[in-house]
Amino acid sequence: MISKTQIPEDKVIVARDLTKKFGNFTAVDHLSFEVGKGEIFGFLGANGAGKTTAMRMLCGLSKQTSGEAWVAGYDIARETEKIKRCIGYMSQKFALYEDLKVWENIRLYAGIYGVPEKDIAGRTDDLLKRLGFEAEKQALVKSLPLGWKQKLAFSVAIFHEPKIVFLDEPTGGVDPAVRRQFWELIYQAADRGITVFVTTHYMDEAEYCNRVSIMVDGHIEALDTPNNLKQQLEAKNMDDVFHQLARKAKRTEQ
Amino acid sequence: MNDFSNMTKPTAKGNWIFFMAFVRKEFHHIFRDKMSMLILLVMPILMLILFGYALNTEVKNSKVAVYDPSQDEATRAIVEKLQVNDYFVLHRMLKSPDEVDRVFKSGEVAMVVVFSEHFYESLVHGGKAQIQLIADGTDPNTANTITTYASTIINNYQQELLKTGAIPYQITPEVKLLYNPSMVAAYNFVPGVMGMIILLICAMMTSVSIAREKENGTMEILLVSPMKPLYVILSKAVPYFFLSVVNLITILLISVFVMGVPVAGSFFWLIVLSLLYIFVSLALGLLISSVVNSQMAAMLISAMGLMMPVMLLSGMLFPTENMPVALQALSDIIPARWYIIAVKKIMIKGLSVGSILTELAILGSMAIVLVTVSLRNFKIRLE
Repeated sequence: MISKTQIPEDKVIVARDLTKKFGNFTAVDHLSFEVGKGEIFGFLGANGAGKTTAMRMLCGLSKQTSGEAWVAGYDIARETEKIKRCIGYMSQKFALYEDLKVWENIRLYAGIYGVPEKDIAGRTDDLLKRLGFEAEKQALVKSLPLGWKQKLAFSVAIFHEPKIVFLDEPTGGVDPAVRRQFWELIYQAADRGITVFVTTHYMDEAEYCNRVSIMVDGHIEALDTPNNLKQQLEAKNMDDVFHQLARKAKRTEQ
Repeated sequence: MNDFSNMTKPTAKGNWIFFMAFVRKEFHHIFRDKMSMLILLVMPILMLILFGYALNTEVKNSKVAVYDPSQDEATRAIVEKLQVNDYFVLHRMLKSPDEVDRVFKSGEVAMVVVFSEHFYESLVHGGKAQIQLIADGTDPNTANTITTYASTIINNYQQELLKTGAIPYQITPEVKLLYNPSMVAAYNFVPGVMGMIILLICAMMTSVSIAREKENGTMEILLVSPMKPLYVILSKAVPYFFLSVVNLITILLISVFVMGVPVAGSFFWLIVLSLLYIFVSLALGLLISSVVNSQMAAMLISAMGLMMPVMLLSGMLFPTENMPVALQALSDIIPARWYIIAVKKIMIKGLSVGSILTELAILGSMAIVLVTVSLRNFKIRLE
């Protein structure tokens, strides 16, 4: 066990032998990695490789079986409440309230994450302006196209300026053009110092990350910058890298 | 922009503000969904009217045929009495006993009255006369009801004869229905419908709305957020609590002013009792939502697990006294049963609060147990 003082200042996520078992099945097997401040960290793996389980542990949605991890300097086993206040989360299920208006959704989530009451209205207008959604302020979310909803969901997830935002396959089901726009938002967030922890199975997206880890059967098979990984494996793109590594998988889909 | 210092620890006041924001959100969900509105506001009224009028066990204007070979003072008087009554309409007189079979087969009548020959003479001299009431047994409830009505009418006639001294002293069994002398079905159904509607709205709607958040993935977001799970749950219960109170008042207004069922006892205690029952139902809804993950499952469990037992075992439709011991024991754990008994005592019989202490105590303990179990069951971490 390492003490808090040993966590490097500039690391916002530190995992040491993080493990999660469901009965006899080890979903996440001794995961160790670090993520630096402002980094865009891609968390890749095939379905069933354990990405979501690992991410849920880091968010406090699931308790680890063994190992340790610190998020924003807080222990995930004991300081969940503190962690919750400095993270944002966007799941693969698109999670805004469809029957609430755009501004009502923003207001609700801003409130839940403790954004001061007096700041909410102004920041809502700023956000809608940045996204070009001013005209949709009063629209019900269900009337928006999917790509817009996803951009909005991301913006809501970082509305309270968290230290880290966890994105679980945020771009599932949208076309490449919209995905590019979405990634522009991710870059903007990272420029403001927000660390982005993102799972995806689109390999073109992996190229946009500062560093990527590739999970196979519950453990990390490779972790480096996209360029280094391509060089090491003599692959022409990330898709190739991924397939070379994922071929080792013994586990079938869960 | 990058100032984390304003991310203060949530204060009590902050919690309250966002608790209210959450309650508002719940109301938006309800008011923007036509289906919810229909279930919450129209269905209770429909159910009350359906149970109160359409599914009435009262039988009115049943067609009656009479075979009367005697044609004397007594038989004419009895036929006259049957006829002036609301319950019966004289369809026609039969000419021979053979016709009895035919009128039933053709479905013309619900009951046939057959007098014996020399009816009045036998009654006066022998002190005994025979009268046969024939009803269609394929619908036992109706048959039972109308023959009971007819017997009562005939007994009344006998009583009258007794008073005039025309026939020797004779004891006729007297049937008197307490509290509901005319057997008004609404007296029985209003408490039952109240018990059912409140349960339906609180338990089903609450559990479905929590299950919806799980299905849509918003529950995950809420659990990742610093918001306390307890507030999430409470904010779900508050709107349904208010709507139940609205429904309670609607039902009471309809039953008093439209169906003519009075509130005989203390209005105050009726409300206290109902609030307690609403609380129990909400706790049941929370319990259901803690074990299911989909709206469909929540709906099924509420409907099959709550509605059916309430309708069948609470004494609303069938008296629990006649049930097998096992079913009686089962009916004891149904909150609606105790609520319905207590409502009947206060509202229909006009008894004092002293008479419902047992029911209040049982509902109170149920509330405590259910709230404890469901709060403990509500998973903060989704495994």
